[in-house]
Amino acid sequence: MKAIDIENIEITLLLDAIFNRYGYDFRHYARASIERRIRQLKGKSGCTTISEMIPKLLHDESFFQKFVREFSIPVTDMFRDPFVYQCIRKQVVPILKTHPFVKIWHAGCATGEEAYSLSILLKEENLYDRSTLFATDFNDTALDIAKKGIYALTNAKTFTANYQAAGGISSFSEYYHARYEAMALNNALKKNITFANHNLVTDSVFGEMHFILCRNVLIYFDKILQDRVLKLFSDSLVHGGILCLGTRESLKFSTIAEKFSIIDETARLYQKKAV
Amino acid sequence: MHSKQGHDMKKNGYKAIVMGVSAGGLAALSRLFSDLPEGFALPLIVVQHVHPTADRQIFDYFNSNCPLTVKEVEDKEKILAGYVYFAPPDYHLLVERDKTFSLSIDPRVTYSRPAIDVLFESAAYVWSSRLIGILLTGASSDGSRGMQLIKAHGGLTIAQDPATAEYPVMPQSAIDANAADKILSLDGIGKFLKTLSKTGYPDRQTKIQGQADFISDVET
Ligand SMILES: C[S@@+](CC[C@H](N)C(=O)[O-])C[C@H]1O[C@@H](n2cnc3c(N)ncnc32)[C@H](O)[C@@H]1O
Repeated sequence: MKAIDIENIEITLLLDAIFNRYGYDFRHYARASIERRIRQLKGKSGCTTISEMIPKLLHDESFFQKFVREFSIPVTDMFRDPFVYQCIRKQVVPILKTHPFVKIWHAGCATGEEAYSLSILLKEENLYDRSTLFATDFNDTALDIAKKGIYALTNAKTFTANYQAAGGISSFSEYYHARYEAMALNNALKKNITFANHNLVTDSVFGEMHFILCRNVLIYFDKILQDRVLKLFSDSLVHGGILCLGTRESLKFSTIAEKFSIIDETARLYQKKAV
Repeated sequence: MHSKQGHDMKKNGYKAIVMGVSAGGLAALSRLFSDLPEGFALPLIVVQHVHPTADRQIFDYFNSNCPLTVKEVEDKEKILAGYVYFAPPDYHLLVERDKTFSLSIDPRVTYSRPAIDVLFESAAYVWSSRLIGILLTGASSDGSRGMQLIKAHGGLTIAQDPATAEYPVMPQSAIDANAADKILSLDGIGKFLKTLSKTGYPDRQTKIQGQADFISDVET
């Protein structure tokens, strides 16, 4: 047997060990990324084989915590893919406005930038006051940052450019104040957001939602898990509810595809059909 | 194993080519694509750093000059022969064992996303000695580590001759890292790919009866 095939066995054993010991299920994550991270951790932890990491993981909870952090890299931006926000403004907001109140779920929100971006958009569209946003992730460290809403000031230039390209109608500087090296978002933007821990693999439906955004999370899953999570979203949406995925993710090949119509394929905006 | 010769060749030969290119890539790629022989049977997977902003048009342009279909990768897409695949801008591109693609927005590697190293590394683990890595013009050191890994897994690595590259830094750093089996001009790479397709894509472990081992013979 070749070394890489042995390594494959080791990785399977390791993922099983994590699931059985801690309940975190990475068994259906896209394997190539997972393997890359495990190899990096192997290097950092001074183990010579992946199997050597298994007893450490089982008996040393702090080692496991390090592991989870490595598996959940919360990379994100405000108004990432500005054209998507333009599309939301033009095509989703009018639909949301037909509801007396609006419930929105932002799944895999990482450090919160996207949720705040949406808050700004809703404010500018006079929809914020009747909206409730649930922003969830399974990474508590990321959620703590999200709750504070304080980001490095070095981001300001990108965020501002993105905001303008996204069709912002005000000046981005009105939404934060700069202090030392940090930008603190206005408290008014936090009022209607609830940040909470939710694991898309092991936790269940979150409630009846009008709009679900889950961007750049599904790419980290394999086809089987993608399908399961998409079904979870479908079950959580009201009829006529809207789903927004990452610009490289699609409903096209999933089993729930037929339950949705396309609002905009490039922006990956879909609407659950009424039955 | 006692399978037929022809079948054996297909089973044992190269399965895929990964290619990394940065500054100066447009000219180099259009040149290489137009050199590809009709019916080229290996998927060609490309990470290009600097994406021209009007990127849709670039695919039309490539397609009008290339016998294979040139496209940007969709997440979980199946890898097929007859295609040239490009990593989408701002996403890392990885190869899965089941010969599908995955994307990621993990942080930049060697200042790049997509990073050549990320593609090359994942491909090396999937295809090991059945993989060819090609590193072209660029002003970055991305790709050197990936080339080393491909080499370590028994695959074949080719660096564009820095003397003929618009930006020599990238192929040169792979050469300095001792990660290039061959150093070829664009012309040489084109010729190599043609011969490869004519002889049935034999890898270095496959000796074809009555045929010279052209891989070690290609002129530099
Ligand atoms: C790359 S970030 C994407 C952030 C943001 N949505 C964006 O597109 O900019 C992926 C996020 O998914 C989260 N994630 C991964 N697996 C998850 C799971 N099983 N349940 C909930 N969140 C998960 C990670 O913690 C990380 O914050």
